[in-house]
Amino acid sequence: MKKIHNYSAIAVAIAALCFLATFKFPFWVIYLTAPQYPEGLTLYIWLHKVSGDVEIINGLNHYIGMAIIDETQFPEFDILPYAIGFMVGAGLLIAFLRKKKLLFFYTIFLVLFSILAIYDFWHWEYQYGHNLDPDAAIQVPGMSYQPPLIGFKQLLNFGAYSFPHGGGFFYISGVVICCIASILEWRRGKKQLTPKIR
Amino acid sequence: MKNLTLMLLVTMLTIAGCKPKTGTSVASGDAASKVYVAPGTYDEFYNFVSGGFSGQLAVYGIPSGRLFREIPVFSEDPETGWGYTEETKPMLMTSHGYVPWDDFHHPALSTTNGVHDGRWAFGNANNTPRIARIDLKTFRTAEIIEIPNSSGNHSSPFITENTEYTIAGTRFSLPPDYEGANTDVSISSYKDNFKGYLSFISVGKETGNMDVAFQIQIPPLNTDLARGGKGPSHDWFFFSCYNSEKAFTLLEVNASQKDKDFILAVNWKKAEEYAKAGKGQHQKVKYTHNTYDEKTHSATSEIKTDVLVLDPKELKDVLYLIPCPKSPHGCDVDPTGQYIVGSGKLAALIPVFSFEKIQKAIANNDFEAEYDGIPVLKYESCLHGEVQKPGLGPLHTEFDDQGNAYTSFFVSSEIVKWNVKSLQVLDRVPTYYSIGHLCVPGGPTAKPWGKYVIAYNKITKDRYLPTGPELTQSAQLYSIEGDKMKLLLDFPTTGEPHYAEAIPASLVQPNSTKIFKIEENNHPYAAKGEKEAKVFREGNIVHVVMTSIRSHFVPDNIEGVKMGDVVYFHVTNLEQDWDVPHGFVVKGANNAEMLIMPGETQTLKWEPDRVGVFPFYCTDFCSALHQEMQGYIRVSPAGSSVPLTFSTGKTAAEPPAK
Repeated sequence: MKKIHNYSAIAVAIAALCFLATFKFPFWVIYLTAPQYPEGLTLYIWLHKVSGDVEIINGLNHYIGMAIIDETQFPEFDILPYAIGFMVGAGLLIAFLRKKKLLFFYTIFLVLFSILAIYDFWHWEYQYGHNLDPDAAIQVPGMSYQPPLIGFKQLLNFGAYSFPHGGGFFYISGVVICCIASILEWRRGKKQLTPKIR
Repeated sequence: MKNLTLMLLVTMLTIAGCKPKTGTSVASGDAASKVYVAPGTYDEFYNFVSGGFSGQLAVYGIPSGRLFREIPVFSEDPETGWGYTEETKPMLMTSHGYVPWDDFHHPALSTTNGVHDGRWAFGNANNTPRIARIDLKTFRTAEIIEIPNSSGNHSSPFITENTEYTIAGTRFSLPPDYEGANTDVSISSYKDNFKGYLSFISVGKETGNMDVAFQIQIPPLNTDLARGGKGPSHDWFFFSCYNSEKAFTLLEVNASQKDKDFILAVNWKKAEEYAKAGKGQHQKVKYTHNTYDEKTHSATSEIKTDVLVLDPKELKDVLYLIPCPKSPHGCDVDPTGQYIVGSGKLAALIPVFSFEKIQKAIANNDFEAEYDGIPVLKYESCLHGEVQKPGLGPLHTEFDDQGNAYTSFFVSSEIVKWNVKSLQVLDRVPTYYSIGHLCVPGGPTAKPWGKYVIAYNKITKDRYLPTGPELTQSAQLYSIEGDKMKLLLDFPTTGEPHYAEAIPASLVQPNSTKIFKIEENNHPYAAKGEKEAKVFREGNIVHVVMTSIRSHFVPDNIEGVKMGDVVYFHVTNLEQDWDVPHGFVVKGANNAEMLIMPGETQTLKWEPDRVGVFPFYCTDFCSALHQEMQGYIRVSPAGSSVPLTFSTGKTAAEPPAK
């Protein structure tokens, strides 16, 4: 089996460390501002928990009938640490074994996992935004409160910003590094197959 | 002849137009921009202004003069429930029982090494002698201690350089009131039976907790104002006094006879040593010490019974008298701690004493007489010099960071700026009208912040739109940045301000409490979640352990209370969000409403006076559904069989109980 270049091995190792860093920093942040909240309200989403002004946001959300944000409702928080742990282990192993095929599989796995994670995040946002209590005090016909996947969206008096945070940036960096390494390895492989013209 | 008549007419008209100008508008052109604090931006200084007969402490912004808050201290405040809730009632307990009012004259902001540290404000109760400590994190009164053997607590609560002590003096001397003392004496026996006391109240270095450490018994002088020494004079405290005549009637005349009264120089460090060595007399007295616990959200009032009294006639090196012209009021120490300024309110000069000279005079036994066994130093030996013809009726002096002093003059209604070393008058500005105290930010400290002088006037007259016979009180802000003082702003004040202090916002603002943490709430009747809400009976007492959060109470339907019951509503505000207080009140409540801050529990006592259904509601507009934040409590006749029930959100009708 073909071995990967030294640089690629280092790159994968770095990517693995990036994944490791996601344990230490929040993955995503949802930031809310309103006329009466100039100081803003922040919701941090980690691999295994949510933090920030969760109680206050829950308190406010009951007016429009949004469900309570409750960590125990998310099986993801149980799964994600293992999934990321696996990515760290696998990445380091590939960097050590330097098998090209494994790198390709790894990268494909990362990309598919990321797409699934984005879909999952969007799905929860959709759930929270649309699954409203019919007895809620404030009911605006046709209004839903799905926060943006990424970027800004106005939800009644609240402006909602949604962006990756420290952990998210590490994760994205890890995936991008692996993608670049794979592409370079792919091209290097192709070059080696092409007979030299001289 | 015709010409002459015309000339006469013109002259008369001119004279008529020459009516002296009052100070209606003497602010200079750029004054507005100097006091303009744009919407959403902050003032540079907090100004803590005593409320006088309001008993409270008002907080203003400088330079805007905007009122932020009135902190309830010595007087009940039905708006917040201070003195009405079960938790705050003990704060106003005294040896005379519950006292709902007092007269707050002087704030003192805590200092470390003579410089503002932004931790606490102290305040005096003049009528029923007490000192309060206000926490500048919560802007709430944290502690109130009563002073035994005392009355007319005016020369108070000034502090020593590191806030080791806050002090209390007796403006009204009295027969001592310790157990066994003869208090039932003829008023005309004043000279023999009346005494004054200087009390030193220690302040816990970290906690701020106050304790009457010792008292110095003095002759029956009326001690008026005071200041602690700084730097070289760190160990000393200086008090002004009037009535060295020992008058007990018509003081206006009888206490103004002598050419000179005194400044009392107290070596508190020596007194402290004597106190620690037990060289005093323990007297059995009765006074209260009230503390508010931020974790239980409740106050406790404790009776104390012991005080240590030192006699300066025996302990010779504790107290000296310095003659000072004509009933001095202000007694102020400059930032270097080297000069002490006496302000004889009937004098036409300002004497400035030198700490160094006072020490030399003491060392040389340079005494001119004894007064009731206390050595009187020679005036000239202590004098640095006199400010000549400064104005009429000097009251109080503060300092800037350039070696200048600013003295208020009640009679001539002006502020006079003069140089402490050279004693030269540099500038004067009129005040409208009859200034009492004045305030330079950091003016009494070792590090004045300068920039402004604020006048707290005693007479308002035509300065504002009239409001009947009782007018607003008036403060005035002057710039002292240039050589000339410039009037910038008039602003109305609450109560009747006496003294005030100003401190840079940067020393206070970052520490301001936003919420109380619900998990740290140790109130015995706290409900830290809606599941903990309950109603239960103990004999004829019904405890309603209630929660409030936007925008409902749990419970909000209560039945089974009977005539003759006493109901305690213990309301916990479950919010953990900034600026979301809830209020609570019930129809017919004979006391007040209460405001409950996020994470706090407060209790309102209610004794229903009739059978019926009574609404209760949130009084602090908390949310879009604030109007819906309400509930009902049903009161049945005594002996009724209606069971005690409570609920929130239960809509199914229960079978009606009869």
